[in-house]
Amino acid sequence: MTNPLEVDRSERVQEVRDRAATVRRETVRLVGIAGSGHYSSVFSCAELMGALYSGVMRIAEDPDWPERDRLILSKGHVAVGLYPLLAERGYFPEEWLDSYTRLGSPLGDHPDMRRIPGVDFSSGSLGHGLSIGVGMAKAARLRGYDETRIWVLLGDQELNEGQVWEAAGSASHFGLGNVCAIVDANQMGLDGTTEETMSVEPIGGRFEAFGWDVVEIDGHDPEAILAAAAALPPATGDKPQCIVARTVKGKGVSYMELSRTWHIGYLDPDDAAAATAEIDQRG
Amino acid sequence: MAEVERADGIELAPVPSGKSWDLAGMERLSTSAVAGKVLAAMGEEDPDIVVLTADLKFSNQTVDFERAHPERFVNVGISEQHMVSMAAGMASVGLKPYVATFAPFVGLLAGEHIRTDLAYPGLPVRVIAHHAGIAIGFYGTSHHATEDLGLMRSIAGLTVVCPCDATATEAALRQTADLPGPVYFRVGRGRDVPVYDALPEAHWTLGEAAVLREGSDLTIVANGITVSGALEAARALAADGIEAAVIDAHTVRPFDGATIAEHAGQSGRLLVAEEHNVVGGVASACAEALVEHGLAGVKLARIGMPADEYSLIGPPTHLYRHYGMDAGGIEAKARDLLAA
Repeated sequence: MTNPLEVDRSERVQEVRDRAATVRRETVRLVGIAGSGHYSSVFSCAELMGALYSGVMRIAEDPDWPERDRLILSKGHVAVGLYPLLAERGYFPEEWLDSYTRLGSPLGDHPDMRRIPGVDFSSGSLGHGLSIGVGMAKAARLRGYDETRIWVLLGDQELNEGQVWEAAGSASHFGLGNVCAIVDANQMGLDGTTEETMSVEPIGGRFEAFGWDVVEIDGHDPEAILAAAAALPPATGDKPQCIVARTVKGKGVSYMELSRTWHIGYLDPDDAAAATAEIDQRG
Repeated sequence: MAEVERADGIELAPVPSGKSWDLAGMERLSTSAVAGKVLAAMGEEDPDIVVLTADLKFSNQTVDFERAHPERFVNVGISEQHMVSMAAGMASVGLKPYVATFAPFVGLLAGEHIRTDLAYPGLPVRVIAHHAGIAIGFYGTSHHATEDLGLMRSIAGLTVVCPCDATATEAALRQTADLPGPVYFRVGRGRDVPVYDALPEAHWTLGEAAVLREGSDLTIVANGITVSGALEAARALAADGIEAAVIDAHTVRPFDGATIAEHAGQSGRLLVAEEHNVVGGVASACAEALVEHGLAGVKLARIGMPADEYSLIGPPTHLYRHYGMDAGGIEAKARDLLAA
């Protein structure tokens, strides 16, 4: 006899896989409209974003529901991967995607909370996001939103920003167990590997030293992501939570994987078609 | 309570009762020193108000808010950029945060955070940048802010105000309470000479330059600590039959250039005195206003930090005298301008 919980879990795993493929496919398409974009930074967190919008975050039909979970894309340059997920939820019309980066479009390379329903905070200046998340978490506590969790997606090279550690220290000082930082540890910044440019390891050890609970997972494994999210203590806890997601920059398109030259790039239509075919095949 | 140190011996106007900050012994304190009391009172009326500071609650008296509303007070330690971003996050959830710290550590150090996290999303965070200008004296340039107006007044969507005394500070805090966007309050160290209580006919109204004195020979525009000095200078000039208009350009953004242009256009001479570099602040805003109103022929003189100098070390009142920001300096510069 089939365990219904197992069925549910395998269905959600497939949902995450499907959404990750959508994120990658749509990123290829939208960056094609723009003529330039951050393919590989999105690809490393495609499963993470897919999972957040596959039942991990407590969100509702109304993107402004006060007690919702919130997501801050501290690595705001992956917004192009978020937009298709927000459109899928019906937060804005699908046609908006076709306007990506066009003059006057609400959708740019970095997300604008005032113009895009479902974007919880404008981002793009690296290092700010965890502080904003700490503020949201503190405010949620003051408001009595006990179940609200604040998710902050950080890049690994971003951890060089000193403000991240100002925020990390204050989250534990204030006992904000309703903050969950997810580090997309894709091993690279713009100029090369984090090891070459400015090392960030041990990521988990650094967060632990600042008073956080840390788990490390394979950030491309939907089961691992869902399990880590499910294992988080209640948001009423007093220790902030960090998920270090080990990922591969450019994951999903073979020649972009851990390639320095693809932080910002452009695929001509033939190459885009080939990349999409690879995404579909590996999806 | 310590007496205000005034080398020139100016007599302080009494402060009438009935203000949020009018507690025993507070008569000599103003700007930053009353902000905490005003916020504590406002916090009684509005449960959404929260106050953040960066290990300076005694310097800016936000401890008064902490005592009244401890659950809504956040001390972030020495992390000013984090404080501004954190306040932005709190505002996005519906709270009304006030952040307070020394002006250089917020108006300069966290300038990008004010732009990107407060003004760009249009969030109702209020920044109280205290001990602005060279008010902290011999602590030196690291603790001075003589460039912040230049940065703040170019940020879209930001309201920038410089209340010159306790009455103005309370008016500024209350009149901006419901603005949907962010506000930058540039205030002194809390030992500023009262201005508005000695001028019952004058009103502090957000966005309107306050004409504190009329005069047809020249126009003096002041802001913050220079307002009381400008009034005193005008009185000294009047003794010699020279009539100077004195305008408190307290709202720097949006800037009431029309009122200033109207007066300067009539007198043909404009003297701007501010506790800021002469580049980028109120003098620059006045010059823009004159040209925009077709008044490029008005003779303009500026008092402030010289364009390419950092402040000497010295007690604040000595520095004000050295740089001509006090009554004597304003009077002397006015006479030069009239002779030019």
